[in-house]
Amino acid sequence: MSQSITMDGDRGGRGRTRGRAADANFKYLAIGPAIFILLLIGLFPLIYTLVVSFQQITMMEEDTSFAGFVNYAQLFRDARLWESLLHTLIITAVALPLELVLGLAMAQLFLERMPGRQVFVALLVLPAVISPIVAGATWRLMFDNRYGPINQIVGWLAGEPMPLLWTLSPNLVYPAIIFCEIWQWTPFMFLILLAALSNVDRSVVEAAEIDGAGFWRIFFKLVLPAIWPVMAIALLIRGLDLARVFDIIWALTSGGPGTMTETISIYTYVLGFNQFETSYTGAIAFLVIAILTLVVVWAIRRMGLAK
Amino acid sequence: MGDPAHGTGQVTMPAAVPPKPLLRRPWVGLGLRYAAALAITVVFLFPVYWLFIISFKTPEEIFAFPPVWYPNDIQFANYAVLFKDGDAVTVWNSLVLATTSTAIAMVLGTMAAYSLVRFKTGGENLAVWIISQRMMPPIAIVFPVFLLYVWLGWVDTYQGLILLYTAFSLPYVIWMMRGYLEDIPVELEESALVDGCTRWQVLWKVVFPMARQGLFATAVFTFVFAWNDFLFALVLTRTEVITYTVQVTHYFGGQSNFWAKIAAMSVLGTVPVFFTVATLQRYLVRGISMGAVKG
Repeated sequence: MSQSITMDGDRGGRGRTRGRAADANFKYLAIGPAIFILLLIGLFPLIYTLVVSFQQITMMEEDTSFAGFVNYAQLFRDARLWESLLHTLIITAVALPLELVLGLAMAQLFLERMPGRQVFVALLVLPAVISPIVAGATWRLMFDNRYGPINQIVGWLAGEPMPLLWTLSPNLVYPAIIFCEIWQWTPFMFLILLAALSNVDRSVVEAAEIDGAGFWRIFFKLVLPAIWPVMAIALLIRGLDLARVFDIIWALTSGGPGTMTETISIYTYVLGFNQFETSYTGAIAFLVIAILTLVVVWAIRRMGLAK
Repeated sequence: MGDPAHGTGQVTMPAAVPPKPLLRRPWVGLGLRYAAALAITVVFLFPVYWLFIISFKTPEEIFAFPPVWYPNDIQFANYAVLFKDGDAVTVWNSLVLATTSTAIAMVLGTMAAYSLVRFKTGGENLAVWIISQRMMPPIAIVFPVFLLYVWLGWVDTYQGLILLYTAFSLPYVIWMMRGYLEDIPVELEESALVDGCTRWQVLWKVVFPMARQGLFATAVFTFVFAWNDFLFALVLTRTEVITYTVQVTHYFGGQSNFWAKIAAMSVLGTVPVFFTVATLQRYLVRGISMGAVKG
């Protein structure tokens, strides 16, 4: 908190103490409103969820007496919950590496100069700024079995009409969802990795090339370590987004067929707002918050993000 | 020499210029990369093209088999219907919610960021707590907030969603502005203080103007987040303050009857974002990487 003190140095002692007191007030007044709102919308719900999760509020009854760990015990017996976690995990585990590799390949392609490069980059970013719900809606139109262009193109490749039910058939819903995810978010990876690659010291890479090192050797020994800090943050941001994915799936399949593509976010929504299992939803919400908070705080500290 | 160009049939370079490593035949290499770049761009933009084009098609063209790849003539009937039925007001709702929450979040967030940067208020732990709020799963937040709003009578009101969007934007604003404020030299602030300004005056008259580019870039991203939101609006609106994202899903029918409306409404909601982002190319990387890349 140094500046104010040194600045007041040439004034009298009274001025200094008054300046210090004013600064002390100022720094709390300046951060106060923001903290208040964050506590109201961040911490209050957390506590409220915790309280509710120890009661037994359902659509039928408003039993607010202390119910112990009933709802938490329920978590372990709820097959649908674990399936939804598994679905979330599958989507994350498939989409995230693909986005990374594709984004990296694209960044490598656009790293060197070529005429019109800025235009390409500007255009390629567009999918990432579209609302995910609109992206999902767009792909729903794309995937339509009769009037959508995807089946038409697949038909050309296959040489015969292909009325594939992308958003309904159990074998195709995951590819459809992951395709849409990759389409929307590879540009995000691409943009960040392009910036990271551009910051890699060219002279070091060129020196290694002159020494006869091959492309992959240079990539793994020099480039990857250099871009890793940025890559890690991009992976963290995307990984967390995927862990709470809702919009795209809501637009494409609404969790169907049946509950086949229900992610943890969608299952929580259905429980809380369609079935009104208030207390049990509270327990799930608390579980999700706890897991993700631990992961995030660990990752932020690990990466030294907070400097 | 270990010159990789040697064996590849690379034709002459002027002897004075040392041959660059990794040389390919320049025109072939550039041509291939160009072809790849074009192909990738077409693949990524085609869905956007398809969305836009559907919004201009007649119903006969939309439900033509095989699909019509470009409409014969552009017609705006699909948009006219949205305005006639009053559905387009949802875009206005999105605008009000996103603008107001962005303005509040920018002012409060920048104040908080200034406090963090200049006074190290709360130390590193507070900064970590603030950014971890950003990572909270929206579904887990919106559920208790919904119960709170039912109690307050705030469901389906502007103020309810504005408060929620503000709270959700604040960690991002604080985080980004912290980075931008650190780049501002303290000397100007010091001389303003010596001249008798209070800290608040310094904040308004020195810090805000000097950070205006960062403020602008951060505000645009904050706006886009709120503008693109779906889940909060889905849970917390009924009839009065429906946003365009929720309205789009209202057209999803049993057998996709309202394609024209889905497309037209989506385009109405997407065009403003494209324009704002196009003005922002310089700040894009820093904005979406949450400051990890200074760009």
